[in-house]
Amino acid sequence: MRFGLVMSEVGHGLRRNISMVISVVLVTFISLTFVGAAILLQFQIGQMKGYWYDRAQVAIYLCTNTSVDGNCNLAEATAAQKAAVEAQLKSPALAPLIKRVDFQNHNQVYKEYKAQFGSTTGSDFVTPAFLPETFWVNLKDPSQADVLVESISNLAGVEQVKDQRTYLDPIFSALNAASFTAVGVAALMLVAAVLLIATTIRLSAFSRRRELGIMRLVGASNRFIQTPFILEGVIAALIGSVLASGAIVALVKYFVQDYLGAQAQDTPFIGLQDAFLVVPILLVVGAVLAASSASFAISRYLKV
Amino acid sequence: MIRFDQVTKLYKGNARPALNAVTLEILRGEFVFLVGASGSGKSSFLRLVLKEESPSSGQIHVLGQNLGQLTGRKVPHFRRNLGVVFQDFRLLPQKNVFDNVAFSLQVIGKSKGFIQEAVPDVLKMVGLAGKTNRLPHELSGGEQQRVAIARAIVNRPAILLADEPTGNLDPSTSAGIMTLLERISQSGTTVIMATHDAGIVDQMQRRVIELVSGQVVRDERQGGYQTQTIPVQGFGPPSMPRRNLGIAGQSEEVTK
Repeated sequence: MRFGLVMSEVGHGLRRNISMVISVVLVTFISLTFVGAAILLQFQIGQMKGYWYDRAQVAIYLCTNTSVDGNCNLAEATAAQKAAVEAQLKSPALAPLIKRVDFQNHNQVYKEYKAQFGSTTGSDFVTPAFLPETFWVNLKDPSQADVLVESISNLAGVEQVKDQRTYLDPIFSALNAASFTAVGVAALMLVAAVLLIATTIRLSAFSRRRELGIMRLVGASNRFIQTPFILEGVIAALIGSVLASGAIVALVKYFVQDYLGAQAQDTPFIGLQDAFLVVPILLVVGAVLAASSASFAISRYLKV
Repeated sequence: MIRFDQVTKLYKGNARPALNAVTLEILRGEFVFLVGASGSGKSSFLRLVLKEESPSSGQIHVLGQNLGQLTGRKVPHFRRNLGVVFQDFRLLPQKNVFDNVAFSLQVIGKSKGFIQEAVPDVLKMVGLAGKTNRLPHELSGGEQQRVAIARAIVNRPAILLADEPTGNLDPSTSAGIMTLLERISQSGTTVIMATHDAGIVDQMQRRVIELVSGQVVRDERQGGYQTQTIPVQGFGPPSMPRRNLGIAGQSEEVTK
């Protein structure tokens, strides 16, 4: 009985303020889509970090007779120097950190170079002797690369020790910036959504002020009076949240997986399971924001 | 039933109190007229009884409850024991007669069965049995006020507050409304009616409380709109001895 009455009040309110309700739906839709996108970007960053950091190696480039960088002095690294590097890698200080070490001589490096850059102009001028022999080191914990860099860089015959993760940092900072931008836009839009919901509820309450006055006069409880208004806000916001959730899932499915996935096949992208993880967050955020702003807006009509 | 104890009500930004040290008691089943010029504090009095306002000082007891100690959450329940009628009826224009009365029961959670029984009963009592499906604008002023009264009493309140219920009605319609209020009073409901209608007050000969500038200047059993014995302006200081108040037929003693 009372439930039916409350729901019919809600229906009345939604119909009466249809234009405001639509604007609430749209604003929550857009703001929550940005919230979802920001969360997904963070997921993507996490995923890429996990993927690349696992594969990121530390490269120890040895001297060639054309190099003056590092400890080189236009002299090819000698066998003794190579052995010293190898010994250092096997020393008790470093050995526990290292998963695996691969050595590539000039010819192997050249072959890989040709495979990757063979078609570019100028690659014909490169001879195997130009390319430094390299120790590829896989670490158990990639974040400990600094230890390796410090202890190897000073050895004779070593041109450079390079942590490959540093190549990825610009990508991650770009993605981070994008995600912070999304959060910023989302925050602004959410403020607009909250204010709009409050205004809508005030309008709705104003158009029903006669009923409200009579309800208060005959002793309807505050909960009974405010419930229809809060539900009104929550329903409008939930419609927006559902639309935002749909947009997020569609974004992942059609843009990230189908389009980006086809473009860059070896890059790990977030999947639908990540999108479905975001959906409940959006629904809860939408409902909670609407409920709190609506109950705040209606509270002035409840003062006894 | 209702007891005011040195009640003063000051509104913000107004140095003159709306009610000034009002002390009075209204008993169960009494029919009380509240008279006085506009701004004399009649409406403030009714609002205080309803706890729409809180007094600036003094104590108010209604139905055995100290309103000062009533928390906001309990006010709605307290109000279910009171019925209120206004000069402007305050009906819901888009609801018909039945629904207007039923609305006040629905919102306090009464069952459908109870509503189906109570509403026709009360409509019959106020003389609107044949007009349950009319909309308010299809009714005369007197009929609209009957709907408002039906709404106020359908939950059988112990107290009925009426703020100039005949203010918008012609004399003969007003007489009909007064007959109805009298019937309600006879069934044991305390009726407090604020009014400017001298004819009604004089004719009914019930208890009259007169307010001037927020002070009770007269409290007569079976009084008229203006007392026959002492002119109103004869009252000087506000604090009248309590023994002179509310004693039936002895208002002659109230002298300065």
